Amino acid sequence: MTLDLPLVWAGILAIAVLMYVLLDGFDLGIGILFPFAGSPADRDVMMDTVAPVWDGNETWLVLGGGGLFAAFPFAYAAVMPALYIPILLMLLALILRGVAFEFRLRARKRGKAFWTAAFTVGSLSATIAQGLVLGGFIQGMTLKDGAFAGGPFDWLTPYTLLVAAGLVAGYALLGSTWLIWRTEDELHGRARLWAWISAGAVAALLAATSLATLFVHANIAARWGFENGAFDLGKLAPLLPIPALGLVGLVVAAIGLLRRAHFPPFLGAGLVFLSGYLGLAVSFFPYIVPYSMTFREAANPDNTLALMLGGGAILLPAILGYSAWVYWIFRGKVGAGAGYH
Amino acid sequence: MDFDATLLSRLQFAFTIAFHIIFPSFTIGLASYLTVLEGLWLTTRNEVFKVLYLFWIKIFAISFGMGVVSGVVISYELGTNWSVYSRVASPVIGPLFAFEVLAAFFLEASFLGVMLFGWKKVGPRLHFAATALVAFGTLVSAFWIISANSWMQHPTGFTQLADGTLRAVSWMQVIFSPTFPTRLAHMVLAAYLTTALVVGAASAWRILKDPDEDASRIALKMAVGMFAIAAPLQLLVGDASGKLVLHVQPAKLAAIEAFWETRTEQPFHVVAWPDRAIDGNRWEFSVPALGSWITSGSTATEIKGLKAFPPEDRPPVFIVFWAFRVMVGLGVAMIALGAWGVWLYWRNGGPHHSRPFLWACVAMGPAGFVAVIAGWIVAEVGRQPYVIYGVLRTADAVSPVRASQVSVSLLAFLVIYAVVFSVGALYILRLIAAGPNAETIEAAGPRPPGYALAAAPLEPEDQA
Repeated sequence: MTLDLPLVWAGILAIAVLMYVLLDGFDLGIGILFPFAGSPADRDVMMDTVAPVWDGNETWLVLGGGGLFAAFPFAYAAVMPALYIPILLMLLALILRGVAFEFRLRARKRGKAFWTAAFTVGSLSATIAQGLVLGGFIQGMTLKDGAFAGGPFDWLTPYTLLVAAGLVAGYALLGSTWLIWRTEDELHGRARLWAWISAGAVAALLAATSLATLFVHANIAARWGFENGAFDLGKLAPLLPIPALGLVGLVVAAIGLLRRAHFPPFLGAGLVFLSGYLGLAVSFFPYIVPYSMTFREAANPDNTLALMLGGGAILLPAILGYSAWVYWIFRGKVGAGAGYH
Repeated sequence: MDFDATLLSRLQFAFTIAFHIIFPSFTIGLASYLTVLEGLWLTTRNEVFKVLYLFWIKIFAISFGMGVVSGVVISYELGTNWSVYSRVASPVIGPLFAFEVLAAFFLEASFLGVMLFGWKKVGPRLHFAATALVAFGTLVSAFWIISANSWMQHPTGFTQLADGTLRAVSWMQVIFSPTFPTRLAHMVLAAYLTTALVVGAASAWRILKDPDEDASRIALKMAVGMFAIAAPLQLLVGDASGKLVLHVQPAKLAAIEAFWETRTEQPFHVVAWPDRAIDGNRWEFSVPALGSWITSGSTATEIKGLKAFPPEDRPPVFIVFWAFRVMVGLGVAMIALGAWGVWLYWRNGGPHHSRPFLWACVAMGPAGFVAVIAGWIVAEVGRQPYVIYGVLRTADAVSPVRASQVSVSLLAFLVIYAVVFSVGALYILRLIAAGPNAETIEAAGPRPPGYALAAAPLEPEDQA
């Protein structure tokens, strides 16, 4: 049996990006919710819930970038220059967010206020930048001979701004439901309120974004059954479980919130993200640079992909194993009196 | 000189990677040092090692955080600014970067959480294992990054296709290119020395303030031991690395030594002012025939000068020549410091009695960082005008981005890195000034000493 190596690697990268969005999504969401905390002590607890794991979470982004370089260099070389400004914005914002974890603890009074603000600004800017990257990616980009040939601001459109707004709401939902799961007392109560608000915003923005996406490119509309003004239910029907999964996620989150459950809202938020992610995946497949370059055209030769798969086959399960173990070590509620400060 | 996208991208990459290298070159050594400290504490149960561990882990946490965030930048910058390089080189060195992420980055990032926050969550042996895995991860990371860099310095095991892209024909030759073993040893020794110099400076500073501080005396002893062993070893490894450069990158060697003519009995220029405008040195202070002997082991060896290469193939000579002298000068100073320290143990009952030695240690604290950056300049600027030596020129490797975009991002990096670096340095220096015992005294409550480790909840949580 010969493996379809480009397909395998496309799958691995897709999972890496999904892992990143889900895991760093709640880290960034906590940064977005930071200004709304009731007290400085609550902010400390919010940060403490993710402090031991954020670094591992962000590493999935390195695998996304490094993996694209290593497996699909033609896509990497086309996409990165096209999205130069939002990518660089994201990196700079992640620097502020990342150092804030340590710096905030070491700072004195004014410094602490500064790094508290930097944590929020960094998290929010990184999220917006990721939304712009995602939106710019969905829109597609101008390529000539496999290289980017568009303008520096092609990624800035009403559509990409809508996606960015949706991602902010989505990460806030992940962050607030994570806090419901992992905190107690007043902060836990506040997180419920945040979850209700962000769930409403996610429902509205997800619907708006999904509709807008159908108008962004004819290829996507055709994939979902809308072609040349006609509608083909036969194309849409097999894909309906994907939006249905999103609805299920919202319902799970809402029921969880109504019943004052601790874990289900987070699970529901995750399902919403999974639905959106799968929706995009079926919209693009087999393009890795939407509408210009398929993942096969972008892929490295088989000898390169095979070598990496040999390493990945051992290392990826190990990574998943010890990451899960670290989450297990730090399981349970994190409280203010628990000794973080 | 025209500030085009290529030059700006080079400046940005040089700045971001020079900033980044500061942190790994410190944390590679510090992670190993922490492993040794925790291991010594577990085996001897001497509380001094625990105090030192809890002290240095706080500094490690700050440095590692800065290293991580500045490292993430690199994995995207190759595409944003060097997209042609990415397309050409990825089929060969893509796996090397991928393995760095898969084998090292994840390992470090995941077990760092346990190391910093798991003191009360896991048993001492498991915690020690987490520390050791982080240290192992930093070394694996160095392995793959230096492997990729060595291949770019002297690419082997590949073939070039008609469309310009490369294909690996022997992975062993790609990963273990001829200069890789010595360059890896050179980098790891540099990291260990950098850490030892910082530990030495911090301990010396504390002893100057409080001569009876046990923990600092022990740390100083360990640092002096590292200088005494690693600094002379580094001279040998560096010399071996230099002799390889003579064979694989003769233009770089000519720039390092400011040789212009091709001849035997090259003079050794102790100092000089090499100038490309006149194809020679404006002035020089030289020792006859020593240059050939140092670079090849024999005065009779004919060594190529820069004039043997067309002007468009010559690396910038001034900066390479001087960066090399800064690196070697500091290396010699490190050897001297180690020898002085050992002599003081032998004659004087310990270097903590000698204030001049303690001040010398303080002064040498940043020397490792300076030497690492200087050495990196020798390696990378000396490789110019190529990004992959002999295969791809830097000017051909750049992304189709505009100078205006790159100038804005470069400016943003300068501002943010300046803030992050000065604040990070301030917090580290504050910790060093307070010394290893500072928080043990404060922590007269239920809280364990050392913030980073105090961060874990006191009681294990049972509910999932």
